[in-house]
Formats: sequence, structure tokens, C-alpha cells
Amino acid sequence: MNKVEKFLRGRFASALVAVIIGFAVAAVVLVAAGYDPIASFGALLSGAFGKPKYISNVFIKATPILLTGISVAFAFKTGLFNIGAEGQYILGTVLATVVGCSLNLPMPLQVPIVLLSGMVGGALLGAFVGWLKAKFGIHEVITSIMCNWITFYLCNFVVMSDAFHKPNSTSAVPVNPSSYTILFGMWKKSEAGKQFLAGIPWLREILLKTDLSAGFLIAVVVAVIISIVLKRTKLGYELRAVGLNRDAARFSGIAVERNIVLSMLISGAISGLAGALSITGTSPHTITLLAAMEGYGFNGMSVAFIAGCAPLGCIPASILFASLIYGGMSVQQAMGVPSDIINIMIGTIVFFTALPGIAPFFANKIQRRREAKELASSQGIERA
Amino acid sequence: MDNFILLLGITLMYSTPLVFGALGGVISERSGVTNIGIEGMMVIGAIAGAAGSYFTGNPWLGFLAAGVCGALVALLHAVASVSFAADQTISGVAINMLAPGLALFMCRQLFEGAAMTPIATKLPKILGEDGLAGTPFANLNVNVTTVIALLFTVIMWFVLYKTKWGLRVRAVGEHPAAADTLGINVYRVRYICVLVSGMLAGLGGASMTIAIISQFTQTAISGHGFIAMAAVIFGKWKPFGAYGACLLFGFTQALVILLGGGEFVIPSQILSMLPYVMTIIVLVIFVGRSVAPKADGIPYVKGSR
Amino acid sequence: MEVSPEFAVQMHGIVKKFGAYTALDHVDLDVRKQTVHAILGENGAGKTTLMNILYGLYQADEGSVYMDGKEVSITSPTEAIAHGIGMVHQHFMLVENFTVTENIILGDEVCGAAGVLDMRKARKEVMELVEEYGFDVDPDAVIQDITVGMQQRVEILKALYRGAEVLILDEPTAVLTPQEIEKLIEIMHDLIAKGKSIIIITHKLKEIMQSADECSIIRRGVYMGTVDVKNSSETELASKMVGRNVNLTVEKTPAHPADVTLSIRGLTVKDERGIEQVRDLNLDVRSGEIVGIAGIDGNGQQELVDAICSLAKATSGAILMNGQEIQNTNPRNVLNHSVAVIPSDRHRWGLVLPMMVEENTVLERHGEDMFGKGIMLDYEKLHEFTSKLIESYDIRPAGCEEERMSGLSGGNQQKAIIARQVSYVPDLLIAFQPTRGLDVGAIESVHKTLIAERDRGAAILLISFELDEVMDVSDTIAVIYHGQIVGTFAQGTVDENQLGLLMAGGEAK
Repeated sequence: MNKVEKFLRGRFASALVAVIIGFAVAAVVLVAAGYDPIASFGALLSGAFGKPKYISNVFIKATPILLTGISVAFAFKTGLFNIGAEGQYILGTVLATVVGCSLNLPMPLQVPIVLLSGMVGGALLGAFVGWLKAKFGIHEVITSIMCNWITFYLCNFVVMSDAFHKPNSTSAVPVNPSSYTILFGMWKKSEAGKQFLAGIPWLREILLKTDLSAGFLIAVVVAVIISIVLKRTKLGYELRAVGLNRDAARFSGIAVERNIVLSMLISGAISGLAGALSITGTSPHTITLLAAMEGYGFNGMSVAFIAGCAPLGCIPASILFASLIYGGMSVQQAMGVPSDIINIMIGTIVFFTALPGIAPFFANKIQRRREAKELASSQGIERA
Repeated sequence: MDNFILLLGITLMYSTPLVFGALGGVISERSGVTNIGIEGMMVIGAIAGAAGSYFTGNPWLGFLAAGVCGALVALLHAVASVSFAADQTISGVAINMLAPGLALFMCRQLFEGAAMTPIATKLPKILGEDGLAGTPFANLNVNVTTVIALLFTVIMWFVLYKTKWGLRVRAVGEHPAAADTLGINVYRVRYICVLVSGMLAGLGGASMTIAIISQFTQTAISGHGFIAMAAVIFGKWKPFGAYGACLLFGFTQALVILLGGGEFVIPSQILSMLPYVMTIIVLVIFVGRSVAPKADGIPYVKGSR
Repeated sequence: MEVSPEFAVQMHGIVKKFGAYTALDHVDLDVRKQTVHAILGENGAGKTTLMNILYGLYQADEGSVYMDGKEVSITSPTEAIAHGIGMVHQHFMLVENFTVTENIILGDEVCGAAGVLDMRKARKEVMELVEEYGFDVDPDAVIQDITVGMQQRVEILKALYRGAEVLILDEPTAVLTPQEIEKLIEIMHDLIAKGKSIIIITHKLKEIMQSADECSIIRRGVYMGTVDVKNSSETELASKMVGRNVNLTVEKTPAHPADVTLSIRGLTVKDERGIEQVRDLNLDVRSGEIVGIAGIDGNGQQELVDAICSLAKATSGAILMNGQEIQNTNPRNVLNHSVAVIPSDRHRWGLVLPMMVEENTVLERHGEDMFGKGIMLDYEKLHEFTSKLIESYDIRPAGCEEERMSGLSGGNQQKAIIARQVSYVPDLLIAFQPTRGLDVGAIESVHKTLIAERDRGAAILLISFELDEVMDVSDTIAVIYHGQIVGTFAQGTVDENQLGLLMAGGEAK
């Protein structure tokens, strides 16, 4: 086996091939629609990485989808399809907002409580779906979708309710500033901070022009923890065994139903955390009236699939997708290309990650060609 | 009485797109391919129908275009799940991501950046525009798509249970290896069923945008495909069962509308949850009693039996 | 052998490779017209592959096929059917929720205009076939409601309906009672008399002696020759098949049963549909003895095992392990009572195939402190533990601790399960179909392990659909029929015919 073949049989290659095909399909669509694909991709790139603040924004965008990505990946590793990350995310934002604007404790207390309430929201919703599956055998995909829409309307209900509606707006009351997880939030606006930052323009741009928060760091920590749980703990072992062969797990005395609920609970909590961090980390620090699904859960699924459902793999995958989504907005501004092209691209990428044989398919071709060559040469030797 | 007629009329109206979607689900799953992508195929049908009707001025051409475009999207799913033995759930999910993006992209492309189409010509009602106007039965002058949906249900029942094609489809969904050893081309049967599934879903999308409303909007299809899938399970993978299930879901939608406009003070957001809550409740009650086709969702790979 | 019209089928120099692995290496087969030709070989020897090539399911890499002296090319089942070849697969190819008639006509339907089924005419055609061959089959019955023997006859009818002249039967007796086997042999001779030719794939020597005229032997993909059955013996066939002298009997010393370990009293178990599958069943298993349960598949064996494991609910009765009730608890509790089970379907119940071998060997006991403190799982300890099992049970390939379980052969997977179950030093070892799909060598090793465990003092409950296995290995033989134990015998006090009658619901003579 030569190096190219070995690479093509690896997991990274499948992701790479899918991404390349995603760009290729997008290019075809762009050409068909009369746009210049090279210029569009150029605009995409500079829109994502052209300035320090763009890069900062990419990381801000990556935070929720990294977490929902880990959430989906974790569930998938345990044999469950958490298409409900979207709803769990929304419920996370709702509960974080409700708690964050009702309570006003000192920051070291307030932040954990607000984040925790978001996690509890997502966890309960996830556990409910898990329970429906464990107890009644209802496929989690359908119930998750239903729950997504229920939380969607619940969010709008809370936004419009007398208790939380912010008058003359389409949003709820923002959470108290003690809930913010923005990095150096107080210091960067102080005189000392301003003076210090004046000397370092790129840092000044990042800190003052974007909501850079602790979110991404927290998400990375979550990725590491979940990776360890899956690979090195008894819990992770049981969850994987249940996911890979439910019957054998049951036969071996593993409590299958409990593990299904537990898995969805953990998965939901991670998505809920994503929602809570969006509230505490980015303005307007509250929930607004939703017109359509925001897509954090669905983009999380893309992140998870391209990462082969490895929690650590979600980190680069989330940065990739965040840069596509964030950079895509500049493509619309600069080139007039509808930003939906990005969704087409992401959908294509996920579609091709679903095809298990796509990279190995090329590997097989190379192998066959090599074998044919070897055969030909060996026959040549025999004849000689 | 008036309320009853109104309720019945709205029930029939809102169940129609679901019926198309659910029939699509039935045919695909009966052949052994899970089709979570119904939602996406409905979205594509929705834009194709509205745009087709707008540009040609003929809603029937729009309807046709919706079926063709739905089938084209389904082709992707067929290639992935039949030829490549891919994870059918992931493939379906990918289609559900791709389709709305594609639909909106096309929409903005065709209509100068707008996220909705202009008003398109609608398909007729069964008794013409003013069929029963003035009588108490005005609301029963349903869309022609409602009748087409019922007709398709009958046809699918007949094909599945009374013809050799149906016998083969059911055999492929239950025991593909058995069908294969008798010379039935499992792949071809599944391809055809998935394509028909996409066509039906496409028609379902169009029956929303050029029969119920008269344009494509971003939220025209919002979870209908998934409710249709729940109807497939609730209806035990049978055409008439699915039809009945869709009527039930249409009924909850009608309740939302009636209660929303009535004297009850229920916030509209809470009412909007009703169809989704109802779906979960129905599934809890019925899912244990409903048995899926044995090979549903399992890729068939020759030689692995 | 020369190509000649005397032969119904001739396959010459057949080579089939799967990747680097050569499944068939220049195999020959010559089936005379109107004879029963057996193909003998161990599991994995290539018998079924050869037949799948004849039936067009696989394509040979080299070699030719002749029928009636003319070369033919068969690239799909459709072409095989057109050439008059019919195949009855080991795992029946029947759609369970279809009727007999629907299954028979599938793919060759009786239709009116525009593909509309004419079920009345179809039923009539099936009836005519049933009467012509004197089969006892109801054309309107649904497959899942009829016995395995009847299902097999439906499979034969499927082939005859398509005008088969050559019938391939793949391991046709694996699931039948001795009486049903006799009936099948009768049917086979009847078909020969009506002009058909039959190829039967089997690894059971006795049936070859009873039914076949000639027998071709394949060993690990290599053709070992064809023998005239009349002038041969079981021992000769066996040594040709395995390549060494085989001890056909199981060697063991007399049992020394002690106290009752497992006691089942009046056990009744219902399946999901509410039908009683185990009814008022009583059974004792003592430490130091092997109790074998003989019976046909579907007579409550699965439900009995499920109830003991607390996977199925006992609606009445008690299951006592060392005097303590364990019914209707949970699998974990049953394990804690020192019960180990070798499940019947190792892929479904026994292994998590995508996981590593070292993860599979601790499936039940990963929670124990010896595999890691607190919440952590110590993979070094798993590795160490697994290495020991691999060595003492000769699981191959050596050093496979971190390989995926799916990469091991069936026999080695089964060894891994047995090693795992025996590693608990259980008081009760339940072995449900422990040798299913294994070759002769592996079967021997499984039986030896069971006997060694018995001699250690464990109580062994062996449940098998292979009557020979039950008769050879057990100290006490119990027969299960319709969820009840209908007879219990000490080894050597009962013969095959008596057991067969009981298994089929008759009275023992």
C-alpha cells in the first residue's frame, strides 16, 4: 500500500474529499448562476480571515456549533441520532435568559448558575427524547424534530410573555451583566484597559470590536472531557456498547434503557450549554422572536459528521464551518451571491460524509491500477 | 354546524400536503429505504411549484415541475442509500440541509434576492372558485390537490396489494435477499420507490405553495415532512393508514386555526405547538403496535445474507 | 471427467477468490442425472460458495459450467432459473408475512392485464404442484405460522414452480427432526424418480450415507475427490473431509452430580404476542453434570434462556439459583448469582463486533475494580487479562487484543465468548447452540471445554437443536416440546428415534 492509498483509507481523507466536493458543487452552482466562483471563494476567505476581528468572530461563531457538534457526536457514538440539538440549544437560551434576568448575584455565582440552568434545560429535553425511545421505542429523530418546533414556539411565547417581554422590541429583557462571559469585559472598557490596548492594535480590534468570550475555551474543555469519557471511562464503555449492540449490552447486564436516557441527557446538556453561552457571551444577551430555526443544532450535526463524530475532531470542523458561515456573509455583500450557497455547500459536504466508501473508493482504484501494473511487470519477469 | 363544516374543510386542506409526504414515506420504506429527507424534498417541491406556476402562468405545470424536482432530489438519496449503502439517516439529514439552501438560493436568484416568490396562480378548487359560495358548505369546496391525494392513496393501495409490482416492493422491503434469489433486481426496485417517494413529496410541497397558500416562503414547509413520517408509523406503513393519520394531524392544525380565532384566550405560540405535541402523543400510544418492514433502513449488499 | 450429456451439471476447474483469499481452488463437480449428489466439507470449506456460483449469485474467476453436456454461462439467479436450476438456501429465502402462494409466485407472478395479480389462478397452479408431489402444504398459510419442515417444502415448491430440473439443497437437515429428515429423504427419492437431479450440501455424514448416491469432498477450497457412497463409510468420509482421523465420539468420564444448582419450578413465559412459549416447565441441573435439552427450534428454548437471564418475564413459576429466586429481576442480578451464558446468536447477543477484542472480553465485568478504579477504565489491565485468555484458549490470531472483534473468524469469536464466560468460574454455565456454524475442530474444543467445566463442578445446561450434540455431550437428556419438558433420560438409556418422536410431540415408545 503506498502513501496515497493509506491516506485515502484514513478518516481525515473522507472529510477532506467531502469538503473538496462541497466546494466543487458550490462552484458549479455559482457558475450556473452566473457568478465567478474564484472571486466568490476569495471573498469568502478574506471575509473569514481578512482582519483580526473577523478571525475573532469566526471563533465566536464556532463556539455554539462546536458544542452542538460535540453533543451530536457524543450521542452518535452511543448509537443515538440527536437531531434535537437545535431545540436543546433554544431551550438553553430560554432558560439562561429567564434565570439570568431574574437573578442578579455576584459574577462568580451568577455565571455558573446561568450556564447551569441552560444545561439543565437542554438536558431535560434530551432526556425526554431518550426516555421516549427507551420506554416506548419511538425513533429519536421524529420526537427530536417535534421537540425542536415545540421549543421554537416556547421561545417565542417567552419573548412575548408579559413577564419577560422588552417593550417596543421583538426580544426579551437582556440578562444582567453579571452573567456575561465576555473576556475582560470590564477591564477592556476601563481607562487602564484602553490605554494598554492602544499600543496593540490587533488585540484592541479583537477585544473592543467583537464579543470575544470564554465560550470557545469552555467548548474546547468540554470536547476534551467528552473525549476522555468516551474513550477511557466505564461509563463511556457502557454507552458505546449500548450504541453498537444493544442486545449484547443488555445480555451482559448493562442497563440499556438507563444508558439511552443518560446519553441523551448528557448530549442535551452540552447543547443547552451552547445556548446559555450564546446568551452570556454575545449581544443582545437575550432571546429574540424567532422567524425560522437558527440552525445551530443543524450546523452542529454537520460539524459532528465531518469530524467523524470524534469530539476532538469537532474543534477544527467547527472552525471550518464557522468560517464558511461567517465568511459567507461577506460573499453576499461583496459579490451579491445569496449566502444560501453556504448551506448548499454544507449540505453537500454532509451528504458526501454519509457515503462511507467515497475516499476508499479512490483508494481501491489506485490499488487496482497498482496491482495490475505489478502483475504485468511480474509476468514480464517470468517471461524474461 | 357551520363550525363543523369549517373544521372539516380546514382539516382536509391542511392534511393534503401531509398525505403526499406520507405516501412518499410509505413507498420508500416499504421497499426498505428510510427517507428522512421527505422534508427537504417537500421544500424543493414547494419552490418548484410556486416558481413553475408563476413563470408559466399554469399551476398544473408548476405541480408537474414540483414532482420532477422532488424526484431529482430523491435521486441523491437513492444513489447514497441504495448504490453506496450509506447511512440513510445521515443522507436524509444532508438532504434536509441542502434542500432549503438550494430552494432559497434559487428563489433569490429568480426573484431579485427575495426570500419568497411573488403570488403565483393557484390550482383550482374542485368546484371552481365560487363553487359553493353562499351556501353553508362553502368550506367543503376543497382544493383539487385534496382529491388528487385521495386518488393517489387508492392507487398506491392498489399497486402495493393487487399487482405484481407491489408484491415485489413488499418482498424487497421485507427480505431483499429472497427477492434477489428469485431474479428481482433489488436495487432497481428501491431506486424506483425512492424516486416515486421524492416525486410525491415534491407534489406535497407544491400542494402547500400553489393550493393552500399562493407563494413560496421560507416557512411554507416547517416540519411537515417529519409529521408525514410520523403518520407513516402511525398508519402502520399502509397507504390508508397513513391517510387517516394525516387527517388526524390536519385536524389538530384546524383546531389551532379555529381556537386561535375564537373566543378562547390561548396564546398563539402555545396553540402552534399543538400539532407537534399531538404527534408525540400519538406515537407514544401507537408506536409499539406498529411493525416496520423488516429490512427498512438496512442497505442491501449482494452476497451478505 | 469428460463432458457428457449423462451429467445434469458439470463444473470444471472452478476458482473463486475474495480479495487475497482463495475460497475455491480448481474444484470439480460432476452430477449424474437422476442422482442425489452430496457435497461434503467443513464449515468454510467452500461448499456454499461453489453452489452460489452455480446459482449465479457469484461469478467464478476461472472454470466452466456444463449442463447436459453443453457449456453454459450463468451470471444471475434469473439465468440459473432459466437453465432449470433451483436452490433451497440454508437460511430460507421466504418473506415471513407473505402467504405460501405469494412466496412461490414472487418474481414469476401469475398476472392478468397490466400486472394485476390473478391470485385465484396462482393458487390453483400452486395447488396442482402440491398435489403432484404429494406435499403437505396449505397454499393460503402465512409463512411465519407454519413449521420449519413445511417452510422447506415451500422452498422446494418455489424451485419446482419455476421448472427446476436440478435442485440444490444447502444444509437441508440442520433444522429438522429425525422424522422430518426421513420425510425429506423420501421426498428427495421421489423427485429423483420423477426425473430431477439433486445436489445436497452438508457436513452430516449419516445423512449422506442414507440419501446420496455419490459424494464430492471439498477441504479448504480444494477438491478432494468423489466417492461412491455405497462403497464408503462414515469414517472414510470424515477423514477425507478433515484431513486427519477424527474421533467422532465425545470422550468423557462418568459424571459425579452433586447438589442442585439450578432449579426451575412451574415456569411459564409468554412472548411479545402474549402466547405461552414456556408452560409449566420443571427442570433441575446439578453441579457436576451436563443436562442437555433436545428439541426443535421454536419450542420455547429461546424464551427459557431469556427467562433465566431475566430478559423475559416469567408470568408464573420460579427459577432458583442455589436456592435463591432469580426470576423477574435483571440480567445484572442473574450474573451476580454466578450464571454465565453462551448465547445462541453470538453476533446478536454475545459480542459487540465493532469493539476491540479486549473490550469484548470484559463485557459483563468491566465494572469490577480489577479493570480500573472508580469511573476510569484501565486499558492496560484489559490488555493483560485478554492476553491470558487468548493464550489459554488459543484464540487466533495471537496478539489480537486490539483488533476489532469483527475481524476474527466465527470459531475464534466463539472461543472468545466461551473464554469470557468460563473466566467467571460460574456455578451455572448455559450453552445455547454453542457450536453453531463451527467446523469440526472448533466443535471438539467447545465440547472439551464444557466437559472440563463440568468436571470442575459447574452445572451445565446445554441447549441445542443438533440432536447428535445433545446425545453425545449430555449426562442427562431432557426433551422440550411446546414449552414443556416431555421426557428426561440418562445418557445411553434412549435412542434417537424415541427422542425424535418426543421432539415432534409424539409419545415415547
